[in-house]
Amino acid sequence: MVNKLEKKERMKILRQKMPEQPPEERKKNFKEVPFGLTEEQALIEASRCLECKKEPCIAGCPVEVDIPAFIDLILQKDYAAAARKIKETNSLPAICGRVCPQEEQCEMVCITGKSKKGTPVAIGYLERFVADYERENNLVQLPEIAPSSGRKVAVVGSGPAGLTVAGDLIKLGHQVTIFEALHRPGGVLVYGIPEFRLPKSIVQAECDVLADMGVKFNNSMVIGKTDTVDELFEMGYDAIFVGTGAGLPNFMGIPGENLIGIYSSNEYLTRSNLMRAFDFPIYDTPIIRGKNVAVLGGGNTAMDSVRTALRLGADNAYIVYRRSEKEMPARIEEIHHAKQEGVQFHLLTTPIKYFGDDDSKVKAMECLRMELGEPDASGRRRPVPIEGSNFIMEVDLVVVAIGNSSNPLIQQTTPGLEVNKWGNIVANEETMQTSRKGVYAGGDIVTGGATVILAAGAGKIAARAMHKYLMEEVKK
Amino acid sequence: MPKVLDNLQIGPMNWKMRLETPKLVSKAKAGQFVIIRVNERGERVPMSIAGLDRENGVLTIIYQVVGKTSALMTATPAGGEIADCVGPLGVPTHVENWGTACLVGGGIGIAPIYPIAQAYKEAGNKLITIIGARSKNILFYEEEHKAVADELYVCTDDGSYGHHGFVSDVLKKILDDGVDIGMIMAIGPVPMMRVVVNLTREYKTPTWVSLNPLMVDGTGMCGGCRVSLDGETKFACVDGPDFDGHKVDFDLLTKRLAAYGKQERQAMERFLTDPGCKLAESVKAFKYPD
Repeated sequence: MVNKLEKKERMKILRQKMPEQPPEERKKNFKEVPFGLTEEQALIEASRCLECKKEPCIAGCPVEVDIPAFIDLILQKDYAAAARKIKETNSLPAICGRVCPQEEQCEMVCITGKSKKGTPVAIGYLERFVADYERENNLVQLPEIAPSSGRKVAVVGSGPAGLTVAGDLIKLGHQVTIFEALHRPGGVLVYGIPEFRLPKSIVQAECDVLADMGVKFNNSMVIGKTDTVDELFEMGYDAIFVGTGAGLPNFMGIPGENLIGIYSSNEYLTRSNLMRAFDFPIYDTPIIRGKNVAVLGGGNTAMDSVRTALRLGADNAYIVYRRSEKEMPARIEEIHHAKQEGVQFHLLTTPIKYFGDDDSKVKAMECLRMELGEPDASGRRRPVPIEGSNFIMEVDLVVVAIGNSSNPLIQQTTPGLEVNKWGNIVANEETMQTSRKGVYAGGDIVTGGATVILAAGAGKIAARAMHKYLMEEVKK
Repeated sequence: MPKVLDNLQIGPMNWKMRLETPKLVSKAKAGQFVIIRVNERGERVPMSIAGLDRENGVLTIIYQVVGKTSALMTATPAGGEIADCVGPLGVPTHVENWGTACLVGGGIGIAPIYPIAQAYKEAGNKLITIIGARSKNILFYEEEHKAVADELYVCTDDGSYGHHGFVSDVLKKILDDGVDIGMIMAIGPVPMMRVVVNLTREYKTPTWVSLNPLMVDGTGMCGGCRVSLDGETKFACVDGPDFDGHKVDFDLLTKRLAAYGKQERQAMERFLTDPGCKLAESVKAFKYPD
């Protein structure tokens, strides 16, 4: 309790705005958009916390970070301690501070934001501030590691779920090895989320900390191909966590979809992010740079893709979405950033056919206008095509960002592993245990496409249950 | 990082590289492929498996210089390393005893049919193998194929060695002679595969091909390797690379393979004209066909 301000005075302080690159400048580069709060701003922002008794923010966080405690440590100017407080329950604060949808979680329930004209404490900004402060000032301390338990754990996939499981279990004294199919760890954090939203050096720093704690990284290993889950058990692993993420990209199945210049968002973002095609020919992977680019979809991946297209030199970058803006699953902040940068939104619109030139390169797409009808199973109003509303859009690049289906490599090669009708692995919500003994799963491979923090949350739950399993049921 | 045991030039623009990848080799089956990355800035490139030495854990790949990545590969010396070699990827070639089976390999495709030949033979097939190349100096693996096949036919487009003509000419003669072939597998340049399947369609002989579209991850994640079979889209990396040749849309495959032609050419020319380029003169002589 170091905040001397009366509650009334705290309510009068305005929520701090994070300085960021101006839209005109940033849409030409891949550098991170927001710069982060200054120390002064962080102190002001922290002083807005009302220190309410109910602390609803903690329950609002999928991994139950002790938010009031870390804010109090900021007020004491012990930023590294604040970062460590977060890390007690969330191993990836620099990442979550950037990509969590705080407006739907901790900040949505913040009491400061409940009053008339009130805005919630910028918890995400503060989380990012302390994590960056700790890392940039070399204050990262390795957490205490329990004496060796003699148990071995394999983590399949190095995205947010896998990294969380690895971090939690290594602390508890287990030997942990991560198997990653790509050549660099981080999963969606490196191949999917662009540099301008999450710098890759931050993901690498998080992986480096895990490596310093003793986690072994085995890249370029495709579990289900190079080794199977059962072979991992034969190799002496006592428990296995499967966090392989969302797998196969969905396409719409409309005529002309295989023309050149129609990418899945996975391919487009992987080329640009992981393979650094934006830096071609310094890096060897090429990418098609469209002048008129349409991105299909309304989620965060669609926003990442369309903003990437601008940075790769598009004159016109469009979001084409079949519902209205209200139904868009993307974070408000991402939609806002896209609009600021000049992205044009074609709402209530869906493509039905593509046209190509003589080289089979896409040159146009035929679209239909939609209107919203009765709510569907998801509760959102169903888009219904308006007859005769067909029109042509000239495009030379299309990015399909309408979600993923589950990747079957593990399921196909793991007998007895139960999956649902969409091919997602079935896991107990309280333990993340699958139908196979000693096999746990979490993240998008279980839920279908979701968020980084939900995947990390699943990793937390799994790690707790796996620890119990390892200590009680695996005899050494 | 996988160690390069040797890397030998076996033709004007063809090289044979042997890599120490014991884990991969212990798992790989005929018809599967690997993805390699030469260095930290390199692209991910799928490569057919041209040989598996299980005893020593050694993988053989045979590659043709077609651009920057393959040119860079030629410069990796024996004892050196490449950044990654991941696999085995894709579904292994379906193998059963059809009585008589026929393998057709054209150009660089002579390499991947070799492990398949061994697998077909092991399954008890009588094996007819047809290999062909533009000219004698591009041919390779004749001895290897001779050791496995019951009948081996060799042809060159220019008549400099063996039968003067295309692999499809030889295949047509065999089919016309009424040889009862249960399965044909053809691997090679797209025009060759297309000619072969157009031919065998008339004879209603089952014919499979192994497709080589562009890929990034090779595990189903990106969908860049989409191919079309009778109007249905498949991912070559997880559904293939082998497909029923009579269903493949070769026109689409050809065009998609050329998607980055301009950039590839730009990268290669920039690379070859760099004053610091240390490639062998024989590689620097590389020219794009006009």
